[in-house]
Amino acid sequence: MNIFHIALKNLMQRGLASLLTMFSMALGVALVVMVLSIGWVLTESFSRNSNVGYNLLVGSKGGSLQLTLNTVFYLSSPIEVIPYEEYLEYLPGDGRQKEIGKIGGRIAEPERKGSYSSYMGGGFAVPVCLGDYLDQYRVVATKPDFFVNLRYGEAGQFEYSFKSGRNFEEYNEENGYYEAVIGSQVAATLGKQVGDTFKVAHNAPGKENEHAEEFVIVGILASSGTPNDRAAFINLEGFYFMEGHKRAFEDKLNPDELKQDVERNEEFAGQPPRVPLEKRDLTAVLVKPASGRFAMLMEKPINKRPNVQAASPMEEIGNLFANIVNPVKYALLALTTVICAVSGVSILVSIYNSMNERKRDIAVMRALGARREMVVFIILLEATLIACCGGFLGWFIGHGVGAVFSPLVEARTGIQIGFFTMTIYEGLIIPALILVAILAGVIPAFVAYRTDVSKNLTS
Amino acid sequence: MLNLADVIKSFRLPDKTNLKILDVPKFVVDEGEQVVLIGESGGGKTTLLNCIAGITKVDSGFISIDGVPIAGRSETGRDKVRASKYGYVFQTFNLLPGFTALENVRLGMTFAAGRHNLARAKELLDRVGLSDRIHHKPAALSVGQQQRVAVARALANRPRLLLADEPTANIDPANQQMIIDLIRNCCEQENIAMLMVTHSMQIAEQFERVERLEDINRVVASKS
Repeated sequence: MNIFHIALKNLMQRGLASLLTMFSMALGVALVVMVLSIGWVLTESFSRNSNVGYNLLVGSKGGSLQLTLNTVFYLSSPIEVIPYEEYLEYLPGDGRQKEIGKIGGRIAEPERKGSYSSYMGGGFAVPVCLGDYLDQYRVVATKPDFFVNLRYGEAGQFEYSFKSGRNFEEYNEENGYYEAVIGSQVAATLGKQVGDTFKVAHNAPGKENEHAEEFVIVGILASSGTPNDRAAFINLEGFYFMEGHKRAFEDKLNPDELKQDVERNEEFAGQPPRVPLEKRDLTAVLVKPASGRFAMLMEKPINKRPNVQAASPMEEIGNLFANIVNPVKYALLALTTVICAVSGVSILVSIYNSMNERKRDIAVMRALGARREMVVFIILLEATLIACCGGFLGWFIGHGVGAVFSPLVEARTGIQIGFFTMTIYEGLIIPALILVAILAGVIPAFVAYRTDVSKNLTS
Repeated sequence: MLNLADVIKSFRLPDKTNLKILDVPKFVVDEGEQVVLIGESGGGKTTLLNCIAGITKVDSGFISIDGVPIAGRSETGRDKVRASKYGYVFQTFNLLPGFTALENVRLGMTFAAGRHNLARAKELLDRVGLSDRIHHKPAALSVGQQQRVAVARALANRPRLLLADEPTANIDPANQQMIIDLIRNCCEQENIAMLMVTHSMQIAEQFERVERLEDINRVVASKS
């Protein structure tokens, strides 16, 4: 028999009280683990979305945050549109002429290069149209380049990949202009597979708003933990053919009298006609110039253009998360501190309450030769045992809960929480929590230290 | 072996006056000697045992066991001497309820470093007739059995002096003599001196040396 054995026996003697205290400690630690996991998922989610893979978002004038929320996160109500000609200004090299030749229609100065093409060498511009829905999910009309050029991850190190199928094509004989790709969460929720078809609803979810055209799903995105998991992507050409998607307003940026008719290039003659240039609008253009410095240089002149603004999505997201995520993280940190304190106090109360009934036992141990320091050590050891057992139990509970909810979290955020996924704070906070609990044993230990042996032997 | 000289002990009363309990000019117990101490209730018998064991600190005077002084030592020092030199049998047994009979016996050994001996603990329990009850907790033992465990525990560290404070006071008459015989035999076998407090003249008469408290404590003598 040793000191450890004596402390363990003392705990077992007060079995239920010890168990309840340990469980209270375990719940505290489990809460800390879960709170830290939530914080980690938030941060990780932020990190993954902080680099959207492009430097500028060009859209209609208005709030730059709304433009970002709308285009990056597919949140908030759709903003006004900009002419398709805006997109052409950002195409690198002779991309503008090629695109005009591919589509045909009325446009001003068809022979010139895009205004910003000199900044775009090696970069890209991707047009997007928003406003339609597949069930409750936003539909993004874009070009196949969206999944070719865009990257995600904190350092933009990940390419989008397909869990099944392939990227949609701008045109092919089998499906014409009506191919689509859907995000992993959309596929999981709606039970859609490659080969299935869907119709999109105009402006708001609901069968009554559905367009007649059907899109064929040719690919399902692998989970990326980005908002793209929760969106459906349709071919821009198919989008324009749907009712209500053609331009219905006067283009003040490009007055009609300056425009001239341009025929489609012969190489596209075999394809069905496309919606002409003068009938096309966009919600936004995702622009990545040759360098980040160019993006800064481009921002000012773009903002001078009538009805058009350039927003830096990374800056907007950074501000957004600084205003939302950081306060939440601080709140979670405060919460964990309170949990630590409550767990420590529960151990203190439990052991302290037992001290009155244990004074006689302590006196007996002292009478048998136990030194004061030894009794103090036994009490502290009891607090340590409760704290450690509760701590480990809580760690298992916290990570168990995390593992159980992992599929749900992964489906929502694309972030996997494994049983052994640990945050760096866990390595600090849980030992600190155990230390707090041990410190809570100091007061009862002091009571034990001060126990009057002769008085309590005869009581 | 046990020497007391000019031991004085007072207690502070709530009105901040001192109440003298003990004034023992001289008291000696020789090696292996068995002494019974009798006296009226409240006369300071238990206080005297506690002072001898170093549980209670004396105001002044000298107490030593085996030539080792205990009275002037620090609390830790007295704990050390107590663990190695004394065995204590209490009137109310004072077994720890969460521990088995065997563990209660081993408890004292744990506190006296270097004397841990499982075989001795078992042998002592066997000697007090509880070899089949070693894993029973106190609540599962009769009062007589509990006191026998307490005797085994007091002997576990091979003390030089066994202090017994009315060890039969809470025991039925049928078992009282058995406990006394047990304590006496064990002490004789291991050459352990014994100082026992009792109210029972029937028990006191069995011992060669019987001390009356008023004969050794001036405080009681002055009252009577």
